[in-house]
Parts: sequence; C-alpha cells; structure tokens
Amino acid sequence: MVGVTVAVVQFGGSNCDRDAVRALDHLGVDAERVWHEDGLPADIEGIVLPGGFSYGDYLRAGAMAARAPIMAEVRAAAEEGVPVIGVCNGAQIGSESGLTPGAFTTNASARFQCEPVHLRVERADTPWTAAYDEGDVIEVPIAHGEGRFEISEAAHADLVADDRVLFRYCDADGNVTDAANPNGSTDNVAGVLGERETVAVLMPHPERATLPDLGRSTDGAGILDAFA
Amino acid sequence: MTAYTATVTVRLKRGVLDPEAETTQQALERLGFELSDLRSADRFEVDLDAADADEAADRADEMAERLLANPTIHDYEVAVAER
Repeated sequence: MVGVTVAVVQFGGSNCDRDAVRALDHLGVDAERVWHEDGLPADIEGIVLPGGFSYGDYLRAGAMAARAPIMAEVRAAAEEGVPVIGVCNGAQIGSESGLTPGAFTTNASARFQCEPVHLRVERADTPWTAAYDEGDVIEVPIAHGEGRFEISEAAHADLVADDRVLFRYCDADGNVTDAANPNGSTDNVAGVLGERETVAVLMPHPERATLPDLGRSTDGAGILDAFA
Repeated sequence: MTAYTATVTVRLKRGVLDPEAETTQQALERLGFELSDLRSADRFEVDLDAADADEAADRADEMAERLLANPTIHDYEVAVAER
C-alpha cells in the first residue's frame, strides 16, 4: 500500500536493517532505516526492530538497545496500536524492554546456530499471520546464539492461557517435538505476542525468507505482509 | 556523603539452564579436574557516594532491577562496603 512508512530502527551493531528494508520494499511497503538517536519520525505506521548484535550483546543480547531513549517512543507507539515486530536481536530487545513477556538467552547447545527451521503458526488471526492458516508449517531461518525462550512457569501458563504464542518450532509435518526445538526454548516457543496483537517478536528471520532470489523459502513474506 | 562500593552479583535462577557453565564444567573435566557441579555469576562493582550504606544499597538494588539483572531469569544480591 502506498504511503505506509515503516521505520526500521537501527542501533549500533544492527545488521539486518537493510535486509528488512529490502524485504519490505519487495512487498511494496515503504520502509526506511531510522538511526536510533534521531528518534521515530512522526508519521510512521509500523516499526521493525531488526536483527544484529546491538552493542556487541554486552551484558545480555538486547539489554543495551532496550534502554536506548528511542525504545520509550517505540513502547508509546506500540501502546497506541502501531504494529511493532522484533526479529532476532530485535526480539531480544523487545523482550528486554518489556514489549513482550519472557527472555531470550543462551541456546541449550551453547553454540551459535544458523539453519533453516520449521515453525507452526499457532494463531492466524493476528496481523502477522493473516497470510496463513492456524497449524500451517512455514520454513524460515534462524541465526542466533541467544534464542532460547525462558519464562517463569506462572508467566508461561498466562501466555498459553491468553493464546499469545505466535509460532512454535516444529518438524516439517508440524509436530512440536524436542527434536525440532533448535535451542531448548520453553514449550518450543519461537515467537510471542505482546499485550496487543499488533506487537510481536520472533527469533527466526522472516526477512531472510521473503526475496525469491535469496535462499530456499519465501514463507516469511506473510509475516512482513502485516505492514502492506 | 560516604564513598561506597556496592557489589551486585547476578546469577541465573535455580533451575534455569546454564549452557555456558555446563560447557565450562566439561572443559574442566577434560583437564582432569573432578567436580560435581559448576555455576557462574556476573559480579558488578559499583563505586558511588551515598549518605549511608542503606541508600547505597537501595541505589544498587535499583540498578540491578532496571538493567544489571533480567528478573525473568536472574536472581541478584547486593553487598555494600565503605571504600
């Protein structure tokens, strides 16, 4: 849709910001990179927190960027209903800043993992998943060392009760199994919703599975289509 | 005002998997050491001036709450000493 301007927030050490802009361009979404110190433009209609290694993952992945002043603007925009998605490091920033519950920490393997994974779409009635049906299996790559979703038992029970798990790691047939869990995430959680369905974070990279010439899948395009 | 050092120790909650500690333990065992478990923690030493030790501890506590620890996965403790 013409006129939709999505801000891709660039922190020191972000490195998927250009990928996100290219993927959004491909989908016909007007997107621009916004340096965090410049603050959010007034008229934005969507926000992407891109992947990367903001501030060298100092302290914890996402911890520093989550406390950057622009994140107060992002939280305020999110509360007003502006769609916000955090991808990979952006997911870590989102959870560190309280946009979404839980935390993303060191993979159970203790290794950086860069590989295609399958995700089961757990909700199809959100802006991020309108392109899919519930139970659909999509293939999107991961690339992270700190992607293991951790959450207290009580908060996890609330998350499930509130139906805020957006994606779970699964096998090619959609079975949510330990073997299909790449990083030891609690309950195979790969992506969750915030208090509003317009706020989501996920560790896999939809922008790396959008352009037809790039990689083996375009399954991620449906997620970014939320901005179209 | 008195000069204090507040030592903030941040560690994973009991039951939260610590792959780095497990890997470190395995490396120690590979070197021939015998051990039954290993836990790691981050320690921050914060120099600050405060009216008294309680105020210094309160401020360090807030630093832990707001940045140094992630309450989802961490416990922390604060110890204050005159510097």
